[in-house]
Amino acid sequence: MQHNIIGKGEYFRKGMQDGIPIALGYFAVSFTLGIQAKQAGLSALAATIMSLTNNTSAGEFAALGIISAGAPYLELAISQLVINMRYLLMSCALSQKLDPKTSILHRLLIAYDVTDEVFGISISVKNRLSPFYTYGAMCVSIPGWAGGTCMGVIFGNILPGSIVSALSLALYGMFIAIIVPPAKEDKHIAIAVLVAMLCSFLFTKLPIVSEISSGTRIIILTVLIALLMALLFPIKEEENHE
Amino acid sequence: MNRPVWMYLLIMAVVTYLIRVLPLTLIRKEIKNRTIRSFLYYVPYVTLAVMTFPAILSATSSIWSGTAGFLVALLLAYKKQGLFKVAVGSCAVVFLLELII
Repeated sequence: MQHNIIGKGEYFRKGMQDGIPIALGYFAVSFTLGIQAKQAGLSALAATIMSLTNNTSAGEFAALGIISAGAPYLELAISQLVINMRYLLMSCALSQKLDPKTSILHRLLIAYDVTDEVFGISISVKNRLSPFYTYGAMCVSIPGWAGGTCMGVIFGNILPGSIVSALSLALYGMFIAIIVPPAKEDKHIAIAVLVAMLCSFLFTKLPIVSEISSGTRIIILTVLIALLMALLFPIKEEENHE
Repeated sequence: MNRPVWMYLLIMAVVTYLIRVLPLTLIRKEIKNRTIRSFLYYVPYVTLAVMTFPAILSATSSIWSGTAGFLVALLLAYKKQGLFKVAVGSCAVVFLLELII
């Protein structure tokens, strides 16, 4: 197992360190989520439980509207399925990043926090992913997400808007820090990234496709562009064990 | 609201967890097929790129601070500063710029 070269504790600490920007960004986003949860009629406890058990921004924002409308359970289930379907793709990619011998318990735990951000940093580590790296990131980011939600419900508008606004950029800054360095090394990744950004931009501007929700847009573009890249520029065989 | 909130919370938690846990537990082996491997190799970068752009431009309270934060993040990432520095650097630029605007 390659990830035994440095110890579990080392991986855990590295995960915690990389989890800090995630926690900051989460706090900003989930604080606004908390404010909305209060408006939707949820208690601080209910909102915190929702964040602790879901760890997903878009899904939770959508759920608040459904819950406050008292809509049928099936509607909630379908909305979560569609909005969060991108995690299915991320989970597939993560399954290949893990050592095949990784135990079922580790898999069950990692799955609990497959979010855009934790996935992003987990996939960016060199070689195999040690579950302990992900656990380190989870230890910091989950309290950030749940705590921010709770504070949002309780304290509402106390945090100055300028700080919330600045913190909202943390998550995106982190995504950029994940995609740019590999794009410098591998021009095919650079092409994929540029095409993805261009298409994403067009999808938000062009008629008809701009009606598509962001969750669905992410799935459609990811599948189409990654498939096209895979067919045009398949990875070399020696990259098999990267 | 006549349906209990906890029931909603339970349903959304179960659906979301199933989406995440099924691939991780069912795909236990290394996939050999080169096209699928290549597809999964590109997935993270494409997904993150789609999520970042153009959403980053409208994430803050002004498009100018969002754009400035985006450019600073690109520059810092290009110079291979770590996750934390890039994230905090772009936040700081937004904060300072919005003080001026």
